[in-house]
Order: sequence, then C-alpha cells, then structure tokens
Amino acid sequence: MEDMNQSTKYAIETRGLNIFYGDFQAVKDISLQFERNRITAIIGPSGCGKSTVLRAFNRMNDFVPSAHATGEVLYHDQNIYDPSVDAVQLRRLIGMVFQKPNPFPKSIYDNVAWGAKMNGFRGNTDDLVEETLRQAALWDEVKDNLKKSALALSGGQQQRLCIARALAVRPEIILMDEPCSALDPIATLKIEDLMRELSQNYTIIIVTHNMQQAARASDYTSFFTMDTDRSGIMVEYNETSLIFTKPKDQRTEDYITGRFG
Amino acid sequence: MENTARMIGKRTTTAWKNPVSYNLQKKTRPGEALIQAFLFFCGVVSILTTLGIVLELGKEAWLFFGDPEISVWSFLTGTEWQPKIGKFGVLPLLNSTIITSVIAIMVALPFGIATAIFLSEYASPKMRSVLKPILEILAGVPTVVYGYFALTFMTPLLRSLYGSQNVDVYNMASAGLVMGIMILPLISSMSEDALSAVPRSLREAAYGLGATRLETAIQVVVPAALSGIIAAFIIGVSRAIGETMIVAIAAGSGPNFTFNPFNAAETMTGYIARISGGDLSYNTPDYNSIFAIGLLLFLVTLGLNFLSRAISRRFREVYE
Amino acid sequence: MKATDNFSFSLDQGIQSPEKGFHNRRHQRARLAQAAFRLTTLLAVIFLATLLITVLNKSMGYVVLENKVDPFSLSDRPISDLNNTELAQILRENLRKNRVRTLERAGFLEDQPRSTLVQLVNTEIIQPEVVESYNLFPSLINRSKIMADAAVSYPTARVEFRFWLNGAFLTNSMASQPELAGVRSALLGSLQLILITILTAFPIGVGAAIYLEEYASHKSRINRLIQTNIDNLAGVPSIVYGILGLALFVRALHPLTSGALFGVEGQNGRTILSAGLTMALLILPLLIINAQEAIRSVPISLRQASFGLGATRWQTVWHHVLPGAMPGILTGTILAISRAIGETAPLIVVGASTFITSDPAGPFSSFTALPIQIYNWTTRPQPAFQHIAAAAILVLLISLLSLNAVAILLRNRFTKRV
Repeated sequence: MEDMNQSTKYAIETRGLNIFYGDFQAVKDISLQFERNRITAIIGPSGCGKSTVLRAFNRMNDFVPSAHATGEVLYHDQNIYDPSVDAVQLRRLIGMVFQKPNPFPKSIYDNVAWGAKMNGFRGNTDDLVEETLRQAALWDEVKDNLKKSALALSGGQQQRLCIARALAVRPEIILMDEPCSALDPIATLKIEDLMRELSQNYTIIIVTHNMQQAARASDYTSFFTMDTDRSGIMVEYNETSLIFTKPKDQRTEDYITGRFG
Repeated sequence: MENTARMIGKRTTTAWKNPVSYNLQKKTRPGEALIQAFLFFCGVVSILTTLGIVLELGKEAWLFFGDPEISVWSFLTGTEWQPKIGKFGVLPLLNSTIITSVIAIMVALPFGIATAIFLSEYASPKMRSVLKPILEILAGVPTVVYGYFALTFMTPLLRSLYGSQNVDVYNMASAGLVMGIMILPLISSMSEDALSAVPRSLREAAYGLGATRLETAIQVVVPAALSGIIAAFIIGVSRAIGETMIVAIAAGSGPNFTFNPFNAAETMTGYIARISGGDLSYNTPDYNSIFAIGLLLFLVTLGLNFLSRAISRRFREVYE
Repeated sequence: MKATDNFSFSLDQGIQSPEKGFHNRRHQRARLAQAAFRLTTLLAVIFLATLLITVLNKSMGYVVLENKVDPFSLSDRPISDLNNTELAQILRENLRKNRVRTLERAGFLEDQPRSTLVQLVNTEIIQPEVVESYNLFPSLINRSKIMADAAVSYPTARVEFRFWLNGAFLTNSMASQPELAGVRSALLGSLQLILITILTAFPIGVGAAIYLEEYASHKSRINRLIQTNIDNLAGVPSIVYGILGLALFVRALHPLTSGALFGVEGQNGRTILSAGLTMALLILPLLIINAQEAIRSVPISLRQASFGLGATRWQTVWHHVLPGAMPGILTGTILAISRAIGETAPLIVVGASTFITSDPAGPFSSFTALPIQIYNWTTRPQPAFQHIAAAAILVLLISLLSLNAVAILLRNRFTKRV
C-alpha cells in the first residue's frame, strides 16, 4: 500500500458547518469527525439535511445555484470550502454513489474505465477494469459481457457497477447517498456485504433512512433531526451499538424506537 | 489474477501507476476557460443579432427621417405612399397589412381553436397520431408555396364565386385566407398545449357534476386555458403581420388605400420584398424607406411577442 | 318498489326537475358539437390535400408544342441520334456567324460535349414552343376535346403529355423559355447556401445552448437577457432578418462577403455567403431552443455521476451530456434547416438573382435558390411558368419530406444504440 498522508487523525472533519439554500438554512452548526476506514451512517427523518451534509463533503452542492456554506470541512488539513481548493480534484478523492443507480449509457467496461482515463490514468485499462470489478464483487457476473450496455444490468448490479466506477479512480472516501433505496432486499444485502469489505481500505459515509441498515452495516452513527425552524441539526454521534442501545438524547430514542418519523 | 474473494474491497489498484496527490490547490485549466469563453460568445451572438437589427434599422430609418421632406408624423399618418413624388405615408401599407392579417386570423382562430379542442378533448390517441403529423406538415410548407396556392387556387376560386369583375387578380382576401391556413397549425398546436396543461382533476370535477364533454370543454377547460389561447392568438397575429411571401405573391404590388378586401393592395412586407428585389441604389429615400418600414414591423412584432410571453407566463404560474 | 319511489321523491325535493327533454337537448348539443369539432379538424387535412392537388394538377398535363423549325428539315434522322460532326454542321449552317464565333470561343464546336450540342440545336434552332398547356384534370377529362382543338388551332403542332418535373428540368439551368428552363442552378445554389448556414449556425447554436443550460447561472442578469432575447428573436419576421443581412453582410461586411479580402474580384456583396450567413442568423434562435430542450432532457443523474468522479464541466458535457442530447439536437437542427430551405423573403432582400444560367461557383458567387425560382416563376404571367413553378414546388416539397425522413431515421438509430 502506498504511503498515505496520515497527518490528520480523521478522514474528514467538519467544524461549525452551516449550509444555506438562498435564505433558508438547511443545516445548522454541524461538527463531526469521521474515522478512517470505518463506516459512518447518517440517519434521521426526511428533510433533516442528511443528504445536504453528505453532498457538502465533495462539494456537489456547488451545482445548486442558491446553495452556499459557512464553517469548515477539513480534509488533509485543507478546508475544502477555501476558495483556493479545486473541487474537481476533490471529487476524485472523495467519490460518490447516488440514490438511484446511474450508470452511463455506455458499456460496462467504459463505465469503469472512463473516470480513470479522465483523471489521467496511465497503465493497462483491461487490468484496471478487471481489478476494480473484482473489488466491487461484480466481476464474476459480468466478465463475459463487458462490452454490453450497463443499462442491461439489474438494479443491484447497476449500483455495484456505480460503486466500481467510483473505486476505479482510487478515491479515499466514498460517500453513499441512500444507495439501497431503489433496490430489493437481496441486492441491498449484497451492497452491505460489499461495504463491509470495502471498509477495510476505504472510509465510507452513508446516508440512509433505513435504521436497520445503519444498525447492521455501520460502525458509527450520527443522528440528525429537524430543529423548530426546520433546519437540520446533529443530535447525537456515537458508535452504532451505543446509539441503538443506549441513546443519550430523548429525540434519538424516540426516533429509533419508532415514536417519531 | 488473485481469486475473487481476496480481491473484494482491496484499495490498491496495481493497474494505477501514477501516484495520488492530496494537494487540492486550484489547477488552472486553460482549455476549459477557452471553451467556456467560446460558449459564452455563442450565447452573446443572439444579443448581437438583436443589437444589429435595432442599430441597422434605426440608423437607416434615421437617415430616412432625416430627409427634411419626411417627418415621423407624416410617415405614420399619411394616406399616400408614392416615393416617386416624395409621399411617404405608411397608412396604405399598414392598412393592407391589417386587413390581410384580420382575414387570416378570422380563419385561423376559430378553426385553430376548434382543432385544438378536438385534439385535446375528443380525439383518440390513434386519431391524434394521424392528425398531428398532418398539422406539422401543414406548418412546414414553405410560405412561397402557400403564395403559389393563393394565386393559382384561392384567387380563381374567389373570382368564380364573386365574379371576376368584383375580385381583382391580386387581392387581399385571397392572400388573407391562405395566410389563415398557414397560421392555423401554429394556433392549434399552441392552444392544444395550453388545453392539455389544464389538470385532469378539473375535468374530472366537471364530469363528476354530470357535465357533458362539451360543457366540460367549453365551460371548464377552455376558460382555464384562456391565457394560453390568447397567447397563441397574439403569436398568430404577429406571424400574420410579418408574413411576406403570400402577400407579395397574391395581394398585389402597389400601395392602395382601400378597405375592400377584393382589391389589390400592397402590404408593408410586400413593399419591402418588391423594393429590395429590384436594383436599387443605396441611400436613396426608396432604399431607406424599407428600413423605416422594417423597423416599424420589428417593433410591432416584438411588442406582440413580449405580450404573448407575458400572458403565457402568468398562465404558467397558475398550474405549475 | 318502495325504496326507489322514495329516492326519486327525495331527488325531486332537492333540485327542481328540469322540463322535459332538457337532458336530451344537452346530449344532442354535445353530439353536434363533437361532429363540428371533428369537421373543423378534418379541414386541416382538406387544406393540405387541396394544396397538394393544386400543385400536382399544375405539374403535369397535355401541352401543344410547335417547333419554329421542323427538325426533319435539318436532318432525316432524329437530332438525338446525330454525332458531333453532324450537330456542329447543323449549328454552323443555321446560326448566325457571330453566334457561332461566341460559341467557339472555348473550343471548336466538334470538341464540345454532345449533350451541349444537342441542347444548342434544340434551344437555338428548333426552338420548340409550348403554345398551349393544360392542367392534369382537364387533360384526363377532356382529352379528345384538347386533341381536336389543337388540331384546328395549330395544325403543325404536336400534342404530348408532359411531366413538367422531369430529368431535363432537374439538369437544365434557368432559361427564358419555360419549356427549357430547369432548376439546376437553383438547386445547387440552395445546397451551397444551406451548407454555409449549417456550418455557421450548428456550432454557434449548440454552443449557445450548452452555455445556457450547462454553464450559465440562471440568476445572472446577462444570462436571463440572452434567454429572453433568444425567445423573442424566434418570433421576428424573416424579412427583418433579410434587411439585417442586407445592411450587415451585403453592405457593412462587403469586403468579406464579396470575397474581395480573398482576392475575388468583380462581385458585390450579394453572394451565397451573405445569404447563408443571413439564414444562419434566422434559424439560430430555433436551433438554440431545440438544442436546449434536448440538453435539458439528459438526466441530471448522469451529470452528477460524472462530476462525482472528478470530471470537469467540459468533460461532463462532452462525454455525457452531448452524446445523450445528440439525437434531439440533430432532429432540431434538421427542422431548422427545413425552415431555411423554404425561406424566401430574406433571400429576396439579400439579393438573390432570379436569372442565373451558370452553376454557382462557391461562396462568393451570385446565386439563385429554389424558393426564389418558385417565386419568380409564380409571378410570371405566362401560364407555362405556372407549370414549372409547380414542378419546382414538387422538388422543394420532396426534398423537405426526405429531410424529415432522415431526421426520423437518425432519431431512431441513435435511440437504439444506447
């Protein structure tokens, strides 16, 4: 494994992060540290700003014209909201998997290879595609059909292809925005297994509305809810086992026991 | 290659030769900037076009009105257009433009709206799939072909119906009627869009009260889509005013201040086409006059387009 | 049936029962209206049919032809069977010396292509003239009467059924006699003009659409101005574009459009280039609006996926947005081009010539175009010109229809590929 810059303890860290859509404050004063090579889940009722926070980590919110952020998101000692930071390079290091599988309308092979090529990949593309698809536990299912359109795959396979596509550019962190919400239970289980495998080498942050999924698949859990002014706040952050067994905050307990949301 | 189980989840991709950098300092991408500049330029071309139209028409019209013999007032109110003797009253041309346009709208509006109602409220999907392409073809026929149609079909028809002593060979009625056919698809497709934007729930509410299809269409759907239909009507007027070939071919070539639609009378656009089609020398009053008329035409159609857009925007706010 | 009685009783209490036949009349009215709507809609079909029938009716029929010189007085074999030497001899014997000298300026008559010589014999010596022409329907219905009339009025003439749209019509250039005139130079002019239009309008139009959809912030005032401006330009009458073209390309940019900058001499600005650029400005708003719609139809998720991998904006546009939008862009472009092909008014203003006998020789030559030719022939008083105008209209309509067919094919092919 190549020498990684370990100067910060955490993979990514936010300090007093506020995100606004126009005048509306979507999330308020979020301070969180994400451990390296762990899976952290963000849970909470819909509209509490989970996805907004997740998208702040690779500045996908830049594409919402009215969105802007204050506070800090630290990654390798750099505040990614500093004007001098290049969001394009950032997104290569912090990959993303979206809610609905969104493979490119290209072949399976090209889906995996494209991002790497664009990031200046020098090396054997065939090897890269094979390795990456193996990492994503998809190789055995698609090795004979690499030239086939990715759209011909099943939903679960498509989502694993999207994970492979993200892995191919060698990111450090993978953001997953409700990656299983469009999938059936079996496909969901496969993705969760894969996440577990990947977490040995990657930092994974997953937003989910599914509490069982958070309980099953994550090491740490952060619970978000909506404040009285409808902006999202972080209520509690702890090891997953503790959050689900001994929540400190009443609101967390209400949520996980189903009395809310 | 190692076996699959051991590969899953591994981070190191041996295929990657180049190292990963965690330096996030902004990269300069001159190619990207260049492309963006080019794309911006492409967008600006349209502004330049408008500026070009306004400036060029304005400049030449300025020259035209700069002639001490011609004042804006006499231009707008004069009833004689005879450049040879220095009479530049635009009313004969404007009058003919209005008469042909009114005739066209009288054809296109009722038939266009009725067609739209039929397509959106009555027609089966199969029927729509036949009728829509036919309307599209009708809309795609070049106007010079409509001009030919006016001259070789509509004019003889009118002359045989009303007597050739009453109907001139070139006449505004023939041009106007054919122009109506030309505008019909435009009005019907815009009106149909407006009608189909009316929510289903409104129709269901009317049916639920025991209204017939006709009552629902006329008393519920059409009023709800009225602003869209008005927008279509205005665009139709604008199109009729700006239409050149049909009137140039069929309405006559020679200004004539008359209210009889069976007489020949040149429209504004017909005049521009005739004058610029001949060999004219630059910077004569004749030549400059086409710019003055062009400017008038541009301002009128632009105003109508703005009006139509404003009305349909207001309409959109209601249902979206 | 007590319950039913009760029910109707209570209804009567609630609403005043309408007078007899009220509902029948409502339904009758509804049925009548439906019939009326259907009829008006059918009118559109009838209009289109009438238009096409009018054109077809004019495009073929009997003609009474009279030759100025009987071809068999020139040779005992048909003219088309003669060889170069014989044809040249006929020309020398029957034409004036000056004319022969003019014709031989480029080389001896014998060395010129045989088809040219045949055409020369036909146009300059035999000079067949249509003295009477009939539309298709009279030709079919009154055949015997036409024959009888012709025999009485023109005893030396022959009557033949003529498709005005024929091979010679496509390959002949403009001529002052309708029976010899063709659309060759007009077709070539239209083709070159459209080529220039596409080459300028397509990149600029697609570029502007990309800018507005992918780069422009919708909040910025200039971008909103651009958008409003494009929407309004789409409604400006085409003749106004003609006036702009006249002022801008023909006059102001005269050195460029006449080719003087490139060493072409003796041209004014009324060239194919001026006309092509004017047409480009004309179809630009339409093209941009269509392209914008196509670009908008590409799902946001693809862009997100691409950006999420660390792609730049242009990489995202080039690799994902444009390929996805291309079928729509191409279809929209073809629609815009069809509009340009049929446009006449701006060409008149920009100064298309109506009488051009030679092929256009590139962007700096004066030109004519198909719709201009139709306009010109339509406005001629002689009836035979109406026939060739109809033939030219058929050529125009057929090219427009085939262009649209290409658009549909392209769209299908692209959509299948994904």
